[in-house]
Amino acid sequence: MRPPPACPRIARRPFLLSLLALLAPGTASAAAAEIGFNELYGKVGVLGLEFSQKVLELDGQRVRIVGFMAPPLKAEASFFVLGKAPMAICPFCSSDADWPDDIVVIYLKGKQTFERTTGMIAVEGVLEHGSWTDPETGFVSLLRVRDAEFETA
Amino acid sequence: MKRLILLTAAMALIPGLALGQAIYPLDRATILSGSKFDFKVEFPTVVQPDQVEVLINGESYDTLLGATAEFIENEDESGGSSLLLRDVSITEPGSYTVEAKAGDTSRSVNWEVFGTSAEPRAKNVIFFLGDGMTVAHRTAARILSKGNTEGKADGRLAIDDLQYMAFIGTSSQDSIHNDSANTMAAYMTGHKSVVNALGVYGSRAASNFDHPKVETIGEAIRRATGKSIGIVTNTEVQDATPAAVVSHTRSRNDKPEITEMHFAVAPEVLMGGGSAYFLPQSTPGSKRVDDKDMIAEFQGAGYTLATSATELQQAVADHTDGKILGLFNTGNLDTTLDIRQLKKGTVEQFPDQPLVADMTRAALDVLSKDPDGFFLMVEDGHTDKATHALDWERAVYDMIALDQAIAVAREFQEANPDTLIIFVGDHTHGLSITGTVDDDKPGDEMREKVGTYGDAGFTNYTDEDGDGYPDRMDVSKRLMMYLGNFPDHYETFGPKLDGQFVPAVADADGNYIANEAYKDVPGAVLRTGNIPVSMNAGTHSVDDEVLQASGPGAENFRGYMENSDVYRVIAEALALAPATN
Repeated sequence: MRPPPACPRIARRPFLLSLLALLAPGTASAAAAEIGFNELYGKVGVLGLEFSQKVLELDGQRVRIVGFMAPPLKAEASFFVLGKAPMAICPFCSSDADWPDDIVVIYLKGKQTFERTTGMIAVEGVLEHGSWTDPETGFVSLLRVRDAEFETA
Repeated sequence: MKRLILLTAAMALIPGLALGQAIYPLDRATILSGSKFDFKVEFPTVVQPDQVEVLINGESYDTLLGATAEFIENEDESGGSSLLLRDVSITEPGSYTVEAKAGDTSRSVNWEVFGTSAEPRAKNVIFFLGDGMTVAHRTAARILSKGNTEGKADGRLAIDDLQYMAFIGTSSQDSIHNDSANTMAAYMTGHKSVVNALGVYGSRAASNFDHPKVETIGEAIRRATGKSIGIVTNTEVQDATPAAVVSHTRSRNDKPEITEMHFAVAPEVLMGGGSAYFLPQSTPGSKRVDDKDMIAEFQGAGYTLATSATELQQAVADHTDGKILGLFNTGNLDTTLDIRQLKKGTVEQFPDQPLVADMTRAALDVLSKDPDGFFLMVEDGHTDKATHALDWERAVYDMIALDQAIAVAREFQEANPDTLIIFVGDHTHGLSITGTVDDDKPGDEMREKVGTYGDAGFTNYTDEDGDGYPDRMDVSKRLMMYLGNFPDHYETFGPKLDGQFVPAVADADGNYIANEAYKDVPGAVLRTGNIPVSMNAGTHSVDDEVLQASGPGAENFRGYMENSDVYRVIAEALALAPATN
């Protein structure tokens, strides 16, 4: 197996923002910009994807995105994958683990365990774009929402 | 020690049971004369080198193999010693008995090394692989594409006139079951292996890349001939089937590495999806974890890149004597039903994807310029992927697409009769045609609208434009097909026009349950799955495949054959191991 590369960077999010969100659960949504799965990429082609202008503008800001939680990569993973539709981690083959391009990786704020849900959820947190490799699992993501909370949509 | 010997003896009586001591290649292996393979002996315990004796036909192994093996005292902390000798070959055809002893334990296996005729029978081989193809796919394609009147087909598929047939066994080194990796690898190497493996035997090595290798047909053609190689698929080019032409790994999921294995063999034509595994990790959309730009590597080696059907046509027109890299999607190409009719899946992002027949025609244009001939592998992968999704409409539509590609090859064969065409699936599915389903029958329950026996009658698909595809899949009197092995899902009795069926999704515990998105489709009924809840889709079946072939050498396909026997027929047709004396 490919060894996961060493963690290149761990993004630290503004402490204040987390604190505010903690103090006022449920009220942060007023400040979060809505972004949809069809707004993530400006161009999709064989030679790569380009982030949309909206993603570039909202980077580092609080966003709200609605989608479905995918099956966990590992039980102990500190993140989950949000997709636009319910999905199976191993789409129709005996061992592949290929994800669609348009997924968002969600890191929940603080240390917490989370229940998997099957219905549509709304995730709120800080948007981050660019290739990043999860240090524990080696999972590479292009878009993340950090310091996130979620609720049934 | 006595107990151990008894145990070994008892195990030897039970075929398929893992033995304490293993020799690779396995017992009853058939090995192409002159082909490269890795020789490995695994001892069940740590032993000392001076305890070990390995004989081939009664002489020390190094006499025949020409080199001394590496002794690994405790391989990958497995608690057992191993002997490993890579890249050996045996020239002289015949039977070989290999005996490996260490102290009180011993094991022996037999190999058959085969040569071929001195003169090739065929200049070209075109190998069509319908992934997951089952007899029902063929029958349904014939009904949908040609129609049926008073019990007789109203036309013939291209495959219907292939001359010779054989039943093909698809079981594995480790299981009566199979997957697309080890089954295609059996066709492309002549050796059985374990589920998920490509071009290696499954051993106890820890790394996917350390298992004992066997030569792929891509490598054999490079070693023994001046022929060109073509690989065409509508899946990712790293998917199990196209990968098997060139790859060596215990896991089909090593797609970045498989991309590099393609580059090492450098087929003159490589077409399909999976560009994500070519792009350096810095490019959004990349699925590599390094900075290699494999597209630039291919271009540097003289390949012309095409990223759409239009570019492919242009590339072929401009460079018919050059090499073509066609990448038409970051992942798999879309299903033919989505590309041609429904425009779902990723068709919006990739609006100009070629069909399998388009790619086959382009590949033949390029490869046929080689005076030495060629080996071309063409796969339709959606006959399998859609069947896994219990979406038989998409699978059958792609069966028609594959048949149209075979029609292109049959035209080529008419002009070039020194071409062997083989058409086979890698494994089957539990798919079967029940009859019809008629929306206009009375009642609310869809099962009461299913027609069997005389009540099935005939379907009302049309093909007004005569392109061989039904004009629409959602006609009022449709085929009714069921899968025999499935997860929990909602049976909707109709085609999924909004995108490929996702029958099951994981619940909070990771178990797969019916996807509620289909609950409210009129007439939908819940089907409780009959395979473990860890399975998210329909699974393969163990039933035989049917192989069909025409052209020089095709007469060697007959009766029942192992999938690994198919390689020998190809090798014989191309004379890959002509007698040297």
